[in-house]
Amino acid sequence: MGHRVLLIEDEPNIIEAISYILTKDGWTVHTHSNGETAMAKVMQGVPDLIILDVMLPGRSGYDILRDLRAQAETKDVPVMMLTARGQAKDREMAASLGATRFMTKPFSNAEVLESVRALATP
Amino acid sequence: MSDQVLTGTRARNRRIDLGLRQTNVAKAVGISGSYLNLIEHNRRRIGGKLLRDLARVLDIDAALLGDEVGDTILGPLKEAAAAFPHASVEDLRAEDLVARFPGWAALIAAQRRRIIQLEDRAEAQSNRLAHDSQIANSLHDVISTATAIRSTASILVETPDLDPDWQSRFHTNIDTDSARLAQSSQALLGFLDMEMEAGGAHTDSAMEQAEAVLAQSGFYFAAIEAGEEMQFGDVKETITRTILQGWAKRAAGDADRLPLDAFSQAARAVAYDPARLAARFSVPLDMVLRRLAHLPPSTGGADADHPLMGLAVCDGAGVVTFQKPVLDFRLPRSGAACPLWPLYQALTQPGRAIRRVVRLPGVARTPFECFAIAGPVGGVVFDAEPRINATMLVRAARTDQVADVVGPGCRVCDVANCASRRHPSLL
Repeated sequence: MGHRVLLIEDEPNIIEAISYILTKDGWTVHTHSNGETAMAKVMQGVPDLIILDVMLPGRSGYDILRDLRAQAETKDVPVMMLTARGQAKDREMAASLGATRFMTKPFSNAEVLESVRALATP
Repeated sequence: MSDQVLTGTRARNRRIDLGLRQTNVAKAVGISGSYLNLIEHNRRRIGGKLLRDLARVLDIDAALLGDEVGDTILGPLKEAAAAFPHASVEDLRAEDLVARFPGWAALIAAQRRRIIQLEDRAEAQSNRLAHDSQIANSLHDVISTATAIRSTASILVETPDLDPDWQSRFHTNIDTDSARLAQSSQALLGFLDMEMEAGGAHTDSAMEQAEAVLAQSGFYFAAIEAGEEMQFGDVKETITRTILQGWAKRAAGDADRLPLDAFSQAARAVAYDPARLAARFSVPLDMVLRRLAHLPPSTGGADADHPLMGLAVCDGAGVVTFQKPVLDFRLPRSGAACPLWPLYQALTQPGRAIRRVVRLPGVARTPFECFAIAGPVGGVVFDAEPRINATMLVRAARTDQVADVVGPGCRVCDVANCASRRHPSLL
């Protein structure tokens, strides 16, 4: 079984597309679409990589990232942030909270694959 | 040396530039040569008729010669110089520039004011776009949908051996997302249009320029209360100045009938009830509505400040001809406002005073207490069609008051089953 990626994103068709390309590339993909319960999902089984959207229902990706970095079990897990906003201040915010990588929508599948492969090898 | 002292220097420089003799200028304005000499050496201060006569003889605007030049011309000139420190401007010689080239100096000052005004407007617009949650959500929706389409389309193109079930599924996803993208793009366009109407690209109309001038003073001028005539001489655009002079004339008339101290005191005593104030002062209700909206923003004295109140006036076609925005209250200029605002209801029932509490759709919106009335304006002419205006006063209502919902405008209003809807919602 490949390394586990948890995709936290609320857009169903983005979830489906990213899940497809990552699964095809050998990753085991778990998905979750609610910000409020995202931490509980993470703690059920800490993944090797988290892809985290910023704008989520219930709770923002930044808040979740802050919690991830505060927990001993998840503080070193690579986190790739996805956002529709690519302004410098958003990147700075993500970096200051401990994001490993920052990706602005709309991105290409190749960019996603390249980033995931760089952050963790299956 | 203060700007005030240099009026004489400006006069002297101007006279010399024109090649005029001191005695001839003195004679032309009806004073002795020695007195003009004292003026030119800043040993006598002048104003009023003598200043105007001297300005006429020297062929210069009296405002550029008089003391007020410090505020109207020199201040902006120095600001302009400070804004471009690398331009090596001879800022210590700004006085000379005003005296020798008054037209150019006034132009630079006017452009400086215009730059500041445009910068403020751009910043305000940028802030509104950045912090408007509806626009942010709409933009996020567009970009997310585009991302889904791009990603799905790439899979279809780049995976020749794609399983037919997946292929069908991705085709369906693209179809769904493309329809959603079209819809969310329209919604975004609608929000941006609303922003433009509310304060963006169309703010250059003379009416809006006039309102911007009034807004800078909080829609209040102490000079009007003192019975002085306001000319708005520093407003260069003739149409804008005419609108402002018309406003000042009406405000002066209102102030004459409703003197500030007595009206303020009475307004506080009756909790700003327009009907009781109209009865108390025996004046038309629309005059009270205007007067309430134009009370000074802060008294600075022992009395509590007056509540914040906005105003809208429209003509018989429903076109907003004047408005003082307040809180979330701002009507679109183009006549595309929601017809449920009491302003328009008053228009259909001239003479009937309407009081309603309304709020915009959505949670946490400030309810507004609105007072409106419509009636004929101008002189009465037999057999001529009356000219009808409607006037509406707006102020914050208590949040526990039951409020009717009025829309921001049909395109971006999501109120369902609205009988007054004239355009489908884009939301």
